[in-house]
Amino acid sequence: MKRKALSVLLQLSMLATLLSGCGSANPNAAQTEAPKETVTADQSAGETNSESPDEKAGSDEAITITYANFNASGGNEATLDSMYQAFHEQNPNITVDIETIAMDDYFTTLQTRIAGGTAPDCFEMNIENFAAYASKGILADMSDADASGLNQTALSAFQYDGKQYALPENFSTVILVYNKDLFDQAGIDYPTSSWTREDVDKAAEAIRALGDDIYGIYQPVTYNEFYKVAAQYGGSLVSADGKTFTINSEENIKALQSMVDRVQKTNVQPTEEQMGGMGDWDLFESGRLGMIPTGTWCFNTFTDACDFDWDICVEPGQTQKATHFFANALVVNNDASDAAKEAAKKWLSFLASSNEAAKIRLEAGWDLPAINDMDALSGYLDITPPENREAVFESLDSLVLPPIITDYSQMSDIISDAVSKAASGASTAEEALNEAQKTCEDQITLQ
Amino acid sequence: MANMSKENKKIIQAIPFMLPSVIGMIVFSLLPIIMATALSMTDWSGLEKFTVHTIPDHFVGLKNYAHLLSHKEFWSTLLHVLYYIVLYIPLGFIFSMVIALILNTEKKFTGIMRVLFYIPVLTSWVAASLIWKWVLSFQYGVINSVIELFGMKGPDWLTNRYWAMPGIVLASVWKDMGYYGLYIFGGLRGIDPTYYEAAKVDGAGKFRTLISVTMPLLSPTLFYCLIMSLINAFQLFPQVLIMTEGGPNGATQVMVERIYTYAFSYFKMGYAAAYSWLLFLIILILTLIQLKAQKAWVHYES
Repeated sequence: MKRKALSVLLQLSMLATLLSGCGSANPNAAQTEAPKETVTADQSAGETNSESPDEKAGSDEAITITYANFNASGGNEATLDSMYQAFHEQNPNITVDIETIAMDDYFTTLQTRIAGGTAPDCFEMNIENFAAYASKGILADMSDADASGLNQTALSAFQYDGKQYALPENFSTVILVYNKDLFDQAGIDYPTSSWTREDVDKAAEAIRALGDDIYGIYQPVTYNEFYKVAAQYGGSLVSADGKTFTINSEENIKALQSMVDRVQKTNVQPTEEQMGGMGDWDLFESGRLGMIPTGTWCFNTFTDACDFDWDICVEPGQTQKATHFFANALVVNNDASDAAKEAAKKWLSFLASSNEAAKIRLEAGWDLPAINDMDALSGYLDITPPENREAVFESLDSLVLPPIITDYSQMSDIISDAVSKAASGASTAEEALNEAQKTCEDQITLQ
Repeated sequence: MANMSKENKKIIQAIPFMLPSVIGMIVFSLLPIIMATALSMTDWSGLEKFTVHTIPDHFVGLKNYAHLLSHKEFWSTLLHVLYYIVLYIPLGFIFSMVIALILNTEKKFTGIMRVLFYIPVLTSWVAASLIWKWVLSFQYGVINSVIELFGMKGPDWLTNRYWAMPGIVLASVWKDMGYYGLYIFGGLRGIDPTYYEAAKVDGAGKFRTLISVTMPLLSPTLFYCLIMSLINAFQLFPQVLIMTEGGPNGATQVMVERIYTYAFSYFKMGYAAAYSWLLFLIILILTLIQLKAQKAWVHYES
């Protein structure tokens, strides 16, 4: 009998562990479903309670919201936390549970949690996924949030169907970085903002002539570069009304041809074999590359790694200038309670556009806040190299945005395949783009 | 009757012990299978919140299957997997066989060898793929340096659309040969030595013994390895994702990679579910064929 009792006990305890394992997710779910009921349990709550009674008298009740982000992972968790401390001082009633998830896992985690109904009240979004999320009704309309201090182009990148669904929090642009020493050796003038792609080609050829393993320029033949160069030739991927693909337009073919010619014809740009698995930044840092259009996030690395003089200028265009613009934005979960939405909008406005947050962001050297106030950004301009740092802001005058469509990732993959086929010489620019046009029409329905 | 109730009692007593694994199977296998079947007939994005209305609201019938079967993407990924299988299975079997035969000779270092051959199996695919990316590098890779010693120029493995898949096959063979080698080694050990003695008495040479004694007696083990490696081959994914990301120009795009991409990057969960059902059907059919065909060549000792 004793034995039997023991075995029953064992069975029960096994069952108990099993069930408790299953149930552990539920308290969290309850918290996001009904954030109003949760009590502020932050360490700073004790201090702030003494200041808050006058606010408490109003309609504001203490609330805890959840915020998920990827941008702070890998070194800026503390920066984000100090922004939150500044926010919490001004809004003692709002407690934010910050969750930082590495970029690699962020979107799968987010997708699973949204499908399961346990998504955070507000979270970070990138430009690639924005339209897909907005079109599925996941994001709350933020047209009424305070966006006065924010850059207009950045704001317009996050509109869908005429509504503002996100507040841009940071941005970066692409500029042309060049190796001054190689330009001196070749005896040619440095690039200026009045250059066209043809001037770049000439300079690249002069630099290529310096040596067998010295190259003029590296502009990878990828989707990202292609939609920008297409814009420099006056082309686009999707028609202005967003209803049809225009991937194989004449302008686009010209644009792709000019990119491919640099690899296949003049070889001022190394082929994949010539790169031999080397990274493009490594090639520039080794002093064997004349020019590279790349993002503003390269400054710190190049300052450390380059033992030659380098500078930047606005990226030359062809019939018009077009500069890349990358931004992350902050969004509110449409499923959150009204009170949580209100609180989340306050927190996101603070994060995106307040002077305090901008100051903390710049001091930490994190990235550029997408704000209008040039005075707040002035500190950024004083850092050298590059000497011509104003080019970063100059480039804002000719921004090109990727088309905002729901199936953005799929379109970019299809076009990526096509352009790299052309780059390797496996098909002509025209064939590649015709094929991409057809595949996109087959696989994607534009709304 | 008394007997029956005793049986019943036994079953009831067994239930609590079975529950952990049964619950696990229901939650992690049976439910997902049912869900995937239902989802494969919807255009659900995987982004909207999943509720009871999701499936009726998004129901599209067999449209996903029709679209898949009528577009070349599905067929070209299937072709890429077949290309992989045609190279991987013979190569894998030859190497596993060699390993098993080496291990089976009771020499001094066989103990250490067993461990050495098995280490790649234990390595994570992420680490292994990253190392193989170096090994296969066009200019700096070990393999091409060896080829150069013979005065030839090695191919640009992972960036060439014909050579990328063989490159992945090499990595996969290297990683899996220890696993199957150990299985085959186990099979070799299981063969009754009296058969060899009899063969010797009958005057059979080494090769003759291998073909007429070892192979037939090993066939159940080989059959198991064949089924497992075929199923694994169809599920080819991590090495591709890390080594080539489906490139160059989609030359190494495989089915599981597409399923993952459709589900989590293109937000077409329904389409991805249909894709995975087709993959399952292909594996099922091939396994059934193998089960039928085994009668011709697999000998079970009785």
